[in-house]
Amino acid sequence: MSHASPDADAASPKPALISARGLTKRFGDFTAVDAIDFDVAPGEAFGFLGPNGAGKTSTMRMIGCVSPISGGTLRVLGLDPAADGRRIRAQLGVVPQQDNLDTELTVRENLLIYARYFEIGGPDARRRADELLEFVQLADRAESEVEPLSGGLRRRLTIARALINDPTLILLDEPTTGLDPQARHLLWERLYQLKRKGATLVLTTHYMDEAEQLCDRLVVMDQARIVAEGSPRALIERHVTREVLELRLPADDHAPLDGRFDGLEPLVERVEQRPDRVLLYTSDGEAAVERIHERGVRPESSLIRRASLEDVFLRLTGRTLVD
Amino acid sequence: MTGLTAAEPGLRVLQRNLWVYRRTWRGSIFSSFLTPVLFLLAMGLGLGALVNRGAGAGGFGGATYLAFLAPGLMAGSAMQTAAFESSFPIMARIQWQRNYEAMLATPLRVRDLLVGELGYIGFRLLTTAGVFFLVMLAFGVVRSPLAPLGVAAAVLTGFAFSPLIVAFSATQKGDTTGFNMLFRFVIMPLYLFSGSFFPIEQLPGALQALAWLTPLYNGVALTRGLVLGTAEPLTALAHTAVLIAYAGLGLALARRSLGRRMVG
Repeated sequence: MSHASPDADAASPKPALISARGLTKRFGDFTAVDAIDFDVAPGEAFGFLGPNGAGKTSTMRMIGCVSPISGGTLRVLGLDPAADGRRIRAQLGVVPQQDNLDTELTVRENLLIYARYFEIGGPDARRRADELLEFVQLADRAESEVEPLSGGLRRRLTIARALINDPTLILLDEPTTGLDPQARHLLWERLYQLKRKGATLVLTTHYMDEAEQLCDRLVVMDQARIVAEGSPRALIERHVTREVLELRLPADDHAPLDGRFDGLEPLVERVEQRPDRVLLYTSDGEAAVERIHERGVRPESSLIRRASLEDVFLRLTGRTLVD
Repeated sequence: MTGLTAAEPGLRVLQRNLWVYRRTWRGSIFSSFLTPVLFLLAMGLGLGALVNRGAGAGGFGGATYLAFLAPGLMAGSAMQTAAFESSFPIMARIQWQRNYEAMLATPLRVRDLLVGELGYIGFRLLTTAGVFFLVMLAFGVVRSPLAPLGVAAAVLTGFAFSPLIVAFSATQKGDTTGFNMLFRFVIMPLYLFSGSFFPIEQLPGALQALAWLTPLYNGVALTRGLVLGTAEPLTALAHTAVLIAYAGLGLALARRSLGRRMVG
């Protein structure tokens, strides 16, 4: 947490903390990651957005030096994971997808023993553990066993544990999957704090709101490949319209949609039919509603919202992120 | 930079296991005391009275059945301790609790995990065999000045099994079927037929030869020879060599097997 804030001198870009070219991971005949390129700059919050099975976790495991690459090149902190795995891992903080806390030890012991794995001991380890327990608001549970902790509290402890070595780079694989909304918001707030202090975050998620909240820049992954790259705002601007009009049609309205929403261009740029609703991508939702009503379409409900990364993903892949 | 200065990073994994052991050591020591006491009472003295009568004066190389049984049991229970500690807890740390995944995200490597686990298993073997030795002293079966070396022989017997079973555990997919088979069809028959309870000369010829190849027979014979003072130097060396060979083979296999399981 004592990271230096990002260099003010933006004119001379720092070398990337992670640099991947043609990065590939194969398991037998199956290609989990298919020749992807990306760079992560110091101080950046970088996201891999995509559905389950897109190759996000395989990519994270290669960055974390626990999975050898099958092809291409990968440099983490300027080093080669194949040769310098230990040196790289000494500077990483890893939050795995599935909690792997030590359930035979207490909350505080989890941090202390993890510090020992990094050869941090004695007063240093104790001071650091106490600071981190404060940071994730678990100080009052320090002597508790891990078992009775809720999913959200365990996640917070996992994040505290990942920070024990004051990492240069923090890897978070699906950090809030399976948590209730309140626990998610608290975690986001803590991660945002880290980001403000200049930490470099790399995270995977299949929640578009998480990606929008946390990521300065992200890549959209689908079927082992990167299909788009940019800031959340840039991706939305590039691939979808500003607003989306969501219509729910009455359950007995089985008339084919074809025709009913035709000819609305340029007001409506694109129409997407989903099982339970119709999405109209438009620059002006209000105007689109009026035009629909003029045509005599009477939806059960209509909602105008800002376009999101979910819409970007739908546009790029024809599928939704969370099925 | 943190994490790279350690002379032996595997000691951190040992330390972790000892922190956990701190919670349970009383129960663990008590049971490693109670088991030999009960066995030596029931089988050594109870059953032994009958056995001694049947075998006559020269039955067990001049020793009583109790004295014959005790070191054999010490080696046999070392095997059981090693087998237990190398199976369920290892599977838990691979898959059920995922400790290894957490450890491998730090500078620790697969070889460090093995060093730590085997160090801990060595510690458990030493404490259980040590307590067993004290019980033997109390039963008055220790005859030889070499007898304390019997503890080392029992620990070595455990190490002939431990890495092999760790290697096996790393191939298991999270259910206990494989372990149940291991205990039922390997550990239990070895325990019964490797000379702990009766001399293997009682076995049919072919099975005797087979017994000679097993790590437990060699461990039992070595431990018994040292405790009773009947060991022949060359035979003792041969037993030791067999046990070390099994341990070495196990180490190579464990490193490969755990590596494949954890790093892929």
